[in-house]
Amino acid sequence: MTLLIAILSILFIVLTFLVVSKTQAILKGLTKSEGEESEYLGAPDKFNSANGVGLFAFWIISIVGIVWSFIIYKKDFLPEASSIHGRETDYWFWVSMIVIMIGFFIVNTFLFLFSYLYRYKKNRKVTFYTHNNNLEIIWTTVPAIVMAGLVFSGLRVWTKITSEAPANAEQIDIMGKQFGWTVRYAGVDDNQFGKYNYKLMDDAGGNPMGVDFSDPNSFDDFANASEMHIPKGKPVLLKIRARDVLHSVFIPHMRVKMDAVPGMPTKFWFVADKSTADMRTELGKPDFNYEIACTEICGRSHFGMKLLLVVDEPADYEKWKKSQKPLLTENPDLLSKVPDNLKAKAQKYSEPVSVEVTPEVVATNVLGNSSKVLK
Amino acid sequence: MSAVSQVEVHEHSEHAHEEHHELGFIRKYIFSEDHKVIAKQYLISGIVWAVLGALMSLVFRLQLGFPEMDMAWMKPFLGDWISLDDKGLGKLDPNFYLALVTMHGTIMVFFVLTAGLSGTFSNFLIPLQIGARDMASGFMNMLSYWIFFISSVIMFVSLFVKTGPAGGSWVIYPPLSALKQANPGSGDGMTLWLVSMALFIVSSLLGGINYVTTVINLRTKGMSMDKLPLTIWAFTFTAILGILSFPVLLSAALLLIFDRSFGTSFYLSDIYINGQALPNQGGSPILFQHLFWFLGHPEVYIVILPALGLTSEIIATNSRKPIFGYKAMIFSMAGIMFLAFIVWAHHMFITGMNPFLGSVFMLLTLIIAVPSAVKGFNYITTLWKGNIIFTPAMLFAIGLVSFFISGGLTGIILGNSALDIQLHDTYFVVAHFHLVMGSAAIFGMLAGVYHWFPKMFGRMMNNALGYIHFWITFIGVYLVFFPMHYIGIAGFPRRYYQWSGFETFSTYMDLNAFITIAAIITVFAQAVFIFNFIYSIFWGKKATQNPWKSNTLEWTTPINPGHGNWPGEIPTVYRWPYDYSKPGAPDDFIPQNVPYSATPESNLPEEEELVAKEKEINSIKYDTSLHD
Repeated sequence: MTLLIAILSILFIVLTFLVVSKTQAILKGLTKSEGEESEYLGAPDKFNSANGVGLFAFWIISIVGIVWSFIIYKKDFLPEASSIHGRETDYWFWVSMIVIMIGFFIVNTFLFLFSYLYRYKKNRKVTFYTHNNNLEIIWTTVPAIVMAGLVFSGLRVWTKITSEAPANAEQIDIMGKQFGWTVRYAGVDDNQFGKYNYKLMDDAGGNPMGVDFSDPNSFDDFANASEMHIPKGKPVLLKIRARDVLHSVFIPHMRVKMDAVPGMPTKFWFVADKSTADMRTELGKPDFNYEIACTEICGRSHFGMKLLLVVDEPADYEKWKKSQKPLLTENPDLLSKVPDNLKAKAQKYSEPVSVEVTPEVVATNVLGNSSKVLK
Repeated sequence: MSAVSQVEVHEHSEHAHEEHHELGFIRKYIFSEDHKVIAKQYLISGIVWAVLGALMSLVFRLQLGFPEMDMAWMKPFLGDWISLDDKGLGKLDPNFYLALVTMHGTIMVFFVLTAGLSGTFSNFLIPLQIGARDMASGFMNMLSYWIFFISSVIMFVSLFVKTGPAGGSWVIYPPLSALKQANPGSGDGMTLWLVSMALFIVSSLLGGINYVTTVINLRTKGMSMDKLPLTIWAFTFTAILGILSFPVLLSAALLLIFDRSFGTSFYLSDIYINGQALPNQGGSPILFQHLFWFLGHPEVYIVILPALGLTSEIIATNSRKPIFGYKAMIFSMAGIMFLAFIVWAHHMFITGMNPFLGSVFMLLTLIIAVPSAVKGFNYITTLWKGNIIFTPAMLFAIGLVSFFISGGLTGIILGNSALDIQLHDTYFVVAHFHLVMGSAAIFGMLAGVYHWFPKMFGRMMNNALGYIHFWITFIGVYLVFFPMHYIGIAGFPRRYYQWSGFETFSTYMDLNAFITIAAIITVFAQAVFIFNFIYSIFWGKKATQNPWKSNTLEWTTPINPGHGNWPGEIPTVYRWPYDYSKPGAPDDFIPQNVPYSATPESNLPEEEELVAKEKEINSIKYDTSLHD
């Protein structure tokens, strides 16, 4: 890399020198440049051949550069896919890539080759060739067929990815805000989300997601603002929302991306089939973590909207869920939002319940320096 | 613009109504109604904006390539946007980073590639190439430029607002752009952005209506639609696209203004921000995206079609060979124009829009690749068995074709909604559109300037400097944007101030540094062009009447055409514009105004019949006088 930079800098200096010397030459030659009126100013000059050859040479060097850089950088392309649909889109990405690279090399080769072959020569006979309908038909049909193939494969994959989530999918409510993500789980007791309403959102009062505590389903819901856990091998349905401006959930390794829109909940479902531990072994990186990023510009700290994603073995996932404290336990003040007739039911959650914490669960929690920050 | 001072108003007694008094300096060069002066005004405004837009990109490229860099040296001109940390290191403010990205996009797309490209060459070439004395309405044309000027001034002023210029990226998606409390860039800067763009749209409509009217009504004798140069076809299609899609952006902007200032809820719903729930309900941010992209997508064709038109002319002239598949070129441009209206939602596959809608737009998007491919093939076949003269204009035109192909191909991947999931809003997209529309259109514009400079200023630009400019820019553009695809494939998101917070995006810092260096070299190489441009206006070699031995009508005007373009009668057109190297002809070009009866040695059998029709053409009575 440093070498390349050095080469570029040298190139720059040389070219600067050329420009300066050329300019001086022009300034000198200026006075005698007033020629006769009828001269052919656009006639090919002494650089004509060099330019033609140069274009072809540029292309040859480019091919070498493209192949070389591709080999060097390929290892970091498309981070290892960890979801089932992700490997499918990766496959079609590379199929399309091969198709367009064939087009890229063939068409550019013709362009630069013709520039080289047909550079001006005094005695060259130009072929007066205005049109050829057969050719037009061929090069309309061939791309059309190739496109049809790509459209067909794309449609199939797209329809599958965007189909309804399976009924047994693990649902997670994920909300984007300036500048972070908060996830909410339906809880282990009823496995039902409590309703939410943006008018109930209250950062100071400990209810940033606007959970409606008049809905008893919300009592065992728990939330997390620093990491999201999902089970391996089980469909996960993300119910995505935003509370201030647009955000977009992007999980690079899962090939998941979906905008979070205020006022319009969106969703995306997928199956992660490699746990965090699997990936650490596979990549040989003991500190590897899945990450969730924001890909819709949302303001100053758009680049900092990170949420850790932990993919657990299903059993660990269940254990982790059990170890999480419901919102009401986390913040007993929220009990005041519960209507009187449900207070008795909610009371159960607002007192610290001793959860049996097994060493494995602690270990899982430590994965993403877990701490529940809900501010 | 004092080089224009040589332009004289030619007065000729055979056309009494053409005689007019000498105009004063202000009417001649400032509030001019002459399409050529207006074109130059657009060109120079476009160049000024391009310099500004390019320098902005360097500031954020430095941030991306060298995030640890001490930027204190930029404090003298960026002021408070560079904050000093406790160690005295200068850091770019993240809000200002977003503002820079926003302004770079806005300036380049609208002020450079729409006004600077289409405004310059549609104005300059339409009357000259169809054989008209001026635009259908010179006054509207003048108004169009000056409204654009006011719009420019407002956009420029917005750079100096205390909270910074608009900062929600050039697509200004609400709610970010609608809520002042969400982002400093959504404050006064955004208000000015909206006002400026509303004026810009007015200017663009005034211009577009004028272009279409002129092409339809003011063609000279014999200039039937099938004899129009491809440039004119391209400008016409561009103008139609603009007329039909810009008003939609205007309504989108107006509704946004209402949401921002008058408490309406077109785009706002269920928002809790800064500890407060807003009353707005029922609006849809997605609605704005539909409206925005209904212009936004045609806009990329508004940018690229004129560049393709200019290229057609330049490639044919310098290959000394007819453009291959003239009619196929027209049909593919018409196809592109039509399809351009119905592919907008491919920018929105993952916005939560109904996935079925995504399928429809994916199908339509991939169809548009076909006419685009046809254009590329036709250019290449035009080069085949030609006798190519590599003027700087020709080099830039070939560069355009290469960028159009290389950048267009990745569109096939992005247009596929399933593959777009991973690549949407990553650097893959940035690389794609900077090649296919950004660089390609800029190359078209530069090619146009080199090629028509003699007609604009009566002097030649220096070729050697042109070659240097081309080579650095051409190589530089590929070095900047090719590696960007890699970064995109690795998943790096756009509009990130830095990536170091993510382990996933911690690779490729070397590539980012490399891109930044290549960008710096490429941008500074443009100084060669600016020098050449200004120098040649005043001291360039004097041009001849038809320096490139070209066929189109503009080269039949005097070296410095005056108001009214042709001193005498406007030439009559008898043939298509691409009779280059016709077998049997003594010269390798036959201008459009040479009748078939004068070239019996080179007429094709079917053209012999056209000789008889010449009398008919000659007897047409046209009122081609200049209406002041």
